[in-house]
Amino acid sequence: MGAASIGHRSDSSVRGRLVSDGRVRLALGVLGCVALVAIFAPMLAPYDPRLQLDISHLQSQPPSFAHPLGTDTFSRDVLSRLMYGTRVSLTVALVAVFLSATFGTMLGAIAGYVGGAVDAIVMRVVDAAFSIPAILLLIVVIALWGNLSVVTLTLLLAGVGWFTISRLVRAETLAIRDADYVVAARALGASGWRVLTRHVLPNAIGSAVVSATLSVGNIILLEAGLSYLGIGVRPPTPSWGNIIEEGSTRLSDVWWLTLFPGLAILVTVFACNALGEALRDALDPRQLLPAHDDAPIRMNG
Amino acid sequence: MTLLSVRDLTKHFPIKRGIFGQVSGQVRAVDGVSFDVAAGETLALVGESGCGKSTTGRAVLRLIEPTSGSVQFDGNDVLSLGAGDLRRLRRKMQIVFQDPFSSLNPRMSIGAIVREGLTIHGLAEGAAADARVNQLLEEVGLRPEYASRSPHEFSGGQRQRVGIARALSVEPTFIVCDEPVSALDVSVQAQVVNLLQDLQRDRGLAYLFIAHDLSVVEHIANRVAVMYLGHIVELAAVDDLYGTPIMPYTQALLSAVPAPDPGVKRERILLAGDVPSPANPPSGCVFHPRCQHPARDAACATIVPPLEEKAPGHWAACIKQPPTTVSWEAQKEAGGTNPPDFFLPRAALHRSVDATTAH
Amino acid sequence: MTPPLLEIDNLHTFFYTDNGVARSVDGVSLHVDAGETVGVVGESGCGKSVTALSILRLIRPPGRIEAGSAIRFEGKDLLTLDDKAIRQVRGNRIAMVFQEPMTALNPVFTVGDQIAEVARIHAGMSKRDAMAKAIEMLRLVGIPAPEQRAYEYPHQLSGGMRQRVVIAMALVMNPALVIADEPTTALDVTIQAQILELLADLTRRLGTSILLITHDLGVVAENCSRVVVMYAGEVVEEATTPDLFAHPHHPYTEGLLGAMPKVGGTAERLATIPGTVPPPTVWPAGCRFRERCAYAWDRCATEHPPLYQIAEGHVSRCHLAAEPERRAHPHQPIAAQPGVTAA
Repeated sequence: MGAASIGHRSDSSVRGRLVSDGRVRLALGVLGCVALVAIFAPMLAPYDPRLQLDISHLQSQPPSFAHPLGTDTFSRDVLSRLMYGTRVSLTVALVAVFLSATFGTMLGAIAGYVGGAVDAIVMRVVDAAFSIPAILLLIVVIALWGNLSVVTLTLLLAGVGWFTISRLVRAETLAIRDADYVVAARALGASGWRVLTRHVLPNAIGSAVVSATLSVGNIILLEAGLSYLGIGVRPPTPSWGNIIEEGSTRLSDVWWLTLFPGLAILVTVFACNALGEALRDALDPRQLLPAHDDAPIRMNG
Repeated sequence: MTLLSVRDLTKHFPIKRGIFGQVSGQVRAVDGVSFDVAAGETLALVGESGCGKSTTGRAVLRLIEPTSGSVQFDGNDVLSLGAGDLRRLRRKMQIVFQDPFSSLNPRMSIGAIVREGLTIHGLAEGAAADARVNQLLEEVGLRPEYASRSPHEFSGGQRQRVGIARALSVEPTFIVCDEPVSALDVSVQAQVVNLLQDLQRDRGLAYLFIAHDLSVVEHIANRVAVMYLGHIVELAAVDDLYGTPIMPYTQALLSAVPAPDPGVKRERILLAGDVPSPANPPSGCVFHPRCQHPARDAACATIVPPLEEKAPGHWAACIKQPPTTVSWEAQKEAGGTNPPDFFLPRAALHRSVDATTAH
Repeated sequence: MTPPLLEIDNLHTFFYTDNGVARSVDGVSLHVDAGETVGVVGESGCGKSVTALSILRLIRPPGRIEAGSAIRFEGKDLLTLDDKAIRQVRGNRIAMVFQEPMTALNPVFTVGDQIAEVARIHAGMSKRDAMAKAIEMLRLVGIPAPEQRAYEYPHQLSGGMRQRVVIAMALVMNPALVIADEPTTALDVTIQAQILELLADLTRRLGTSILLITHDLGVVAENCSRVVVMYAGEVVEEATTPDLFAHPHHPYTEGLLGAMPKVGGTAERLATIPGTVPPPTVWPAGCRFRERCAYAWDRCATEHPPLYQIAEGHVSRCHLAAEPERRAHPHQPIAAQPGVTAA
């Protein structure tokens, strides 16, 4: 039959399906803008975010031409603070997710592939960690250690984020471990490391990527929550959470202080989740069209 | 020359219950299986689902660790090899799988799949490896240009060819074929069967051909072992087994195959009930609760029938099919009431080929 | 002459996929007479299962039964019935038996409940009567101790037992037609023999017609009085069973028979059909089997063959019927020529 029999490749590739997905384009657009703002904050921000411009005259000004998002109670420009806050919030979230995803994937894959006692220990730790709410865990740690740098906060957020991913990757690994192509690799004489890195991980990683993308939104919310409680990113360093915190006491008259960072969080989290869901759909192996002898659907048993 | 020699191979899977995983029983998937495979020969292992044939195939390759027994392959004691030696030996013993969809890594190109064995054993690198991959793909009837494509772009039959090329890449002398054509359509199945036969002829390969389709087995095998509930119950050259099956289970199994020939009305032996659970196999002869042998009696439920040579080269496990080494005295002692003289010779199937059906 | 029980007339069922329109069933006509067992054979992708699902309008989007198709059953066109009326037919006058008994049964209800439900829906029986009926049906299909088995769940039964339960469910309302879609493919050969024997026995006793969808020519040979061979969405040959096996006309039928290893067969090498079935989105013009055929000539590339009458009750979609002398000169099929990959 030759080439005619295998002509579906462009339509069925993961990338093809992602690009044609409207959600993905919108989410990537939003996240791209947010990232650009974070990267070029020093150039884009009209004022120094920490500078108290004029504490007696420019305190708590509503949005105007000079200050599009108004000023805060210390007469600082909210737009500038929001831009620098994007830097902090996004960096913390991305680094934390990267660390937790890497660690969680490795641990999950090893636990699932090696099995036995290793698996039992890792999974009991995960179960235990799951039974304690992350925010409570963080509050306790912070209460014990006191003032935290942004770096420590990132590490902490990463520390509470890896459970979900490792459990997910372990479950995937368990299923993949017994797949015939893994048995085939072992039969060829492949070492355990080779089987893990070339056969198990590439097939388990899809769900880890989806989970990581979805958790970016969670970590942003968590960081905002902690900062709101006053135990996350400390003022005067701006983050989305602590800008909201500053405005929270005067919600009725200085509304712009909570509304704009709140919108920033909403839009970013929404975009992350949309991207995660689109990835999940695109990576779903059921979406990989089988060759034509089963097309269009596996109905002709 | 005997290439593979399996003795008393046993694989029990523990049944775990409760949160602490206490072992509450054993699934006796393979229960004392012995056979030899000569170089260049095809030994078929047939039986219904759950009889332990696939487990046997994987235990022989140590893809599943056997519980006990011995496997000698080409002068090596397979079960006592260390991890490194075992990996090196794997070059010589390969496997082809049933499911063409799960047997290929969906994230690798078919070229990379075929090439992996070359890399692992350092057989070829760079351009030499590319050339070898192309040659292998051609040998199994695939275009070398396809090397960069993903498995999902191929049909079931084409994928099965990729799986065969992967097995061949390391130049084995023995391949376990684990139901390699069961998932394929009839016309494609014939192509793959022919390919396996061509490769065997050209390379002198030995096959352990695991299947449940008796008609494919008759076509491809030199000798056939019939398994039931973890035991080999009959083992003979293909013509003997299909012509004069001795064990009542084999007779029933053969008579159940529908013949693609409406002119033939065979006497069909309908077995009652289902295969018992291998977690709780019947005592004595594992087949006795479903057996239709007229001499079946209490002795069958007590005495484990030895696999004995009933005719030259024809081994079967049945104490009611003479000749048997289990004496009538011993059978009477076990509650037997029917002496083993009801020999049930059965020309199982019509063997003339209707000239009018196309060939 | 009485009209057939079921008459499928020019059925087209298409699937509108991202890769184009899959013409899975492309102009299929066949009929089943009362009390008859008709086999539909073909390989994956030939459209046999889609045909079966189309009869009861069980095709879901992106699939669609196209205008111009007709399925007449007991004097009604099933394709024009409203939803309520077609539900009256399903499970009542026409019942289906699927390949995988585990997925056809609901795991959270006992098998007795599931059989009884059919009786309650279609016959309005009381709970008690329906359960009694369920037990009677289980006995009919040869399940030992049906009074106990009725209160068991599907997972407590073996594969063969489950398929018996599915058959019992299909027969509750004493339907005129049972559509059995690969009813024994998932079962072991000794269990398959039991189930086929059961189906044959039931048709003898109840007079039910069966449309048996299968890929196994052996199953057809032993159970059907008439056979319809499908290839690439079309009927390519139809004949009585003895006639088809003794005198296959279409090269595809011939190929299928040759490719089947037979117990008792002596062929050294299996005949093969080179190549694979083309994808349903791009059926070739002319004869759809042309590239795999050893007799194909230029006419086959341009002219789509009609169903030729070969003999009484025997039709074949092959131009060899018009030019039989060409059968004497087989050649290498296009799909088997060098440089063209086999399946």
